[in-house]
Amino acid sequence: MNYEVIVELKPEVLDTQGRAIKEALQRLGHHDLKSVKVTKRFVLEIDGKEVDAEKLVKKLAEEHLANSVAETFQTKRL
Amino acid sequence: MTSKFGATQIGLVQFPGSNCDADCVDAFKRLFQIDLKLIWHEETSLPSALSGLILPGGFSYGDYLRSGALASISPVMQAVKAFAAKGGSVLGVCNGFQVLTESHLLPGALLKNDSRKFICEYAQLAVAPGESLYHRKLKDRTYKVPIAHGEGRYYVDAEGLKKLQANGQILFQYGDEAGVLSADTNPNGAVAHIAGIVSANGRVMGMMPHPERASSELLGSADGTSILEAFLETVG
Repeated sequence: MNYEVIVELKPEVLDTQGRAIKEALQRLGHHDLKSVKVTKRFVLEIDGKEVDAEKLVKKLAEEHLANSVAETFQTKRL
Repeated sequence: MTSKFGATQIGLVQFPGSNCDADCVDAFKRLFQIDLKLIWHEETSLPSALSGLILPGGFSYGDYLRSGALASISPVMQAVKAFAAKGGSVLGVCNGFQVLTESHLLPGALLKNDSRKFICEYAQLAVAPGESLYHRKLKDRTYKVPIAHGEGRYYVDAEGLKKLQANGQILFQYGDEAGVLSADTNPNGAVAHIAGIVSANGRVMGMMPHPERASSELLGSADGTSILEAFLETVG
């Protein structure tokens, strides 16, 4: 089974990469571009029962793939 | 030459990608006649006679995932956590500070500098109010110590900041030579200008600036000497 974990900075935390990319793209003349948010996408392949796999994905996302101080995450079965 | 710290056993953890380990070895030998015990990250226990631990700067595990994140789950960190839980003194510098926050031995996180630049320059550190051994030893003056980081913006939410302030856990703040904080004296956008903090028991200290690089007037500043000495005085 494959699972996707998307990790992103909390809205109140400055996304320096997103800001840099947005500003560079706006310099090209794309003035309708209002913001860019950079996220991380992890794809995890997991063996075992689906119910256990889901628990494991959530645990890994919560404890390791995201840092709850500054980030949030979402998980999805692919 | 002997020093009052001559018999003190201090360990230094080396991760793949640590690169300030030799600077620490040099500084402790030259300043205090202490030979740091080098501990590879794959060790699962610490030398029994150890009374203090240093996590050095560098780019452990290539900063993969997040700075300090993979180092925080390397084998030796279980032993480091147990050491800290028993009241052991731990000093984390730069990447070492990032490892301490990722290990939850210190609160908060270190994020990319708001300027988006890697910053390598001297900072002036003011000592915030607090009652830890570090605060008592270092208060009433400022320290000229270099920073060298791309991800040193200390972040904690408003509630976490209140807690740090209420507990006197903020140790160093980026200021000017007189210790005054202003918008011009915050190199990386850190919350409340925070450059270094201590744990609730005052024994675990993390700081982004490099005291081991400010250990000789010949190199521009010896102000880091007092900070390293304060670490040694917390070792009991």
